[in-house]
Amino acid sequence: MWIWLLGYLVLMAKITAVLTAVMVLAAYLVLVERKLLGRFQVRYGPNRAGIYGILQPVADGIKLLLKEDLVPEGADRAIFLAAPAVVATTALMMFAVVPFGPRLTIGGREIPMVITDINVGLLYVFALSSLGVYGVALGGWASNSKYALLGGIRGAAQMISYELALGLSIVPVVMLAGSFSLVDIVNAQAGLPFILVQPLAFGVFLISAMAETKRIPFDLPEAETELGAGYHTEYSGMRFGLFFLGEYVHMQVMGALVAVFFLGGWRGPVLPPPVWLLVKIVFVVLFMIWVRATLPRLRYDQLMNLGWKVLIPLALVNILITGAFVAA
Amino acid sequence: MIRAVIDIIVSIAAGFYTTGRHLFVRPVTESYPEYKRPLPARSRARIILTRDPEGRERCVACYLCSGVCPVNCISMQAAEDSQGRRYAAWFRINFGRCIYCGLCEQACPTSAIQLTPDFEHIRRDILDMVFEKQDLLVDLCGKDPDYDFYQHAGVVVGLAGKGDHISENPPVNTRTNMP
Repeated sequence: MWIWLLGYLVLMAKITAVLTAVMVLAAYLVLVERKLLGRFQVRYGPNRAGIYGILQPVADGIKLLLKEDLVPEGADRAIFLAAPAVVATTALMMFAVVPFGPRLTIGGREIPMVITDINVGLLYVFALSSLGVYGVALGGWASNSKYALLGGIRGAAQMISYELALGLSIVPVVMLAGSFSLVDIVNAQAGLPFILVQPLAFGVFLISAMAETKRIPFDLPEAETELGAGYHTEYSGMRFGLFFLGEYVHMQVMGALVAVFFLGGWRGPVLPPPVWLLVKIVFVVLFMIWVRATLPRLRYDQLMNLGWKVLIPLALVNILITGAFVAA
Repeated sequence: MIRAVIDIIVSIAAGFYTTGRHLFVRPVTESYPEYKRPLPARSRARIILTRDPEGRERCVACYLCSGVCPVNCISMQAAEDSQGRRYAAWFRINFGRCIYCGLCEQACPTSAIQLTPDFEHIRRDILDMVFEKQDLLVDLCGKDPDYDFYQHAGVVVGLAGKGDHISENPPVNTRTNMP
């Protein structure tokens, strides 16, 4: 009984730690992104709230919380209100299977440094990632606005095009690791990180991950210049904030997945494992910001072309080659 | 095919190089309250009423600025002193309405009303944006330092007789002017 309670407490502690870290990181990623985009465009970015704009996320959060929560006339109220939560929740839940360290032994008991190590962790992540698109599509549909609807439709179409490449690109990694569990995949990279073994899979996965997080150059569901703000045009206040939070958490998740699948997860010299994972996540996210500062948005047909005619065949060929090597 | 792929990779890499290089370039932003860029003398902001080189009010209360003002933010009351020289008994500009178009400055025959580069004269209360004559009048000649309207035209006020103004011909005797 006591052991069970203790395990429960440890689990709660892990969840709290991960959620706090993810939320704080999401808030500060917004600041980092704005600062960096500013510097990429030869300007300063936010630097008024606190020194170097360090309090900007606080100011943004207060502003979002205090704004009126509008529901447009003719909107499907229940779905409209629930959609942002779907996006944010699915993004946050994906972190449950990301390992952030080796097993810890305290008092003779082993504590896995992951919230839950399910044996189909990879499938769980992709399932939630696809579910997140429901928030986008439903939010866009329920808004009763043409821009939001177009954004939602684009979100759904983009998800179909890229989820396949995302899943296929990771199959060679699963072949090499021999497991769907993220913990096992990290353990399989004890010698070499998979980026050196599977550079093609890494490229396909990274591009698909950027499309999955709806970031430039794949931000067609939002597309400010075409659709106002796309699927969240009609949202205001904290509901918009949840969409925003979901997007940035999703970025972190994708960073974490890139780290886990290709960069060796928490493995690294000198620094403690969670710090290594953090460094790798931030590294991937910084690269995404650089991409955003550089590339223009793809056209709808270019996006489909890239997804169906380039990434999926590449991923399939990669599976064949890897399969041949693994079997041989 | 391979050439096309190489072209794509090179052009994308060039883009990344360009943006990446900008990270190390000093931002061109001017941080406004800390650094105030000196504005050109002819930039249009707060309106003033200037004086002529002798220190007298230039404004002759001709109502041209008031008439030309697209938003009707200028109002005044004309008066005449003992020499027959006109001046504004009161002069009022409602800066809450002013659009800083500069038409009043163009219309002014005496260079009295002028726009200045000082754009920081916003007030919390909109009634404080109504400037009276004492708020507008300055002890400077503004952008036209040597100009004195009464040296060029206007009534005879002891400065000059008929035909004595600058670039003015003497009066024509209509009796001797017959063909």
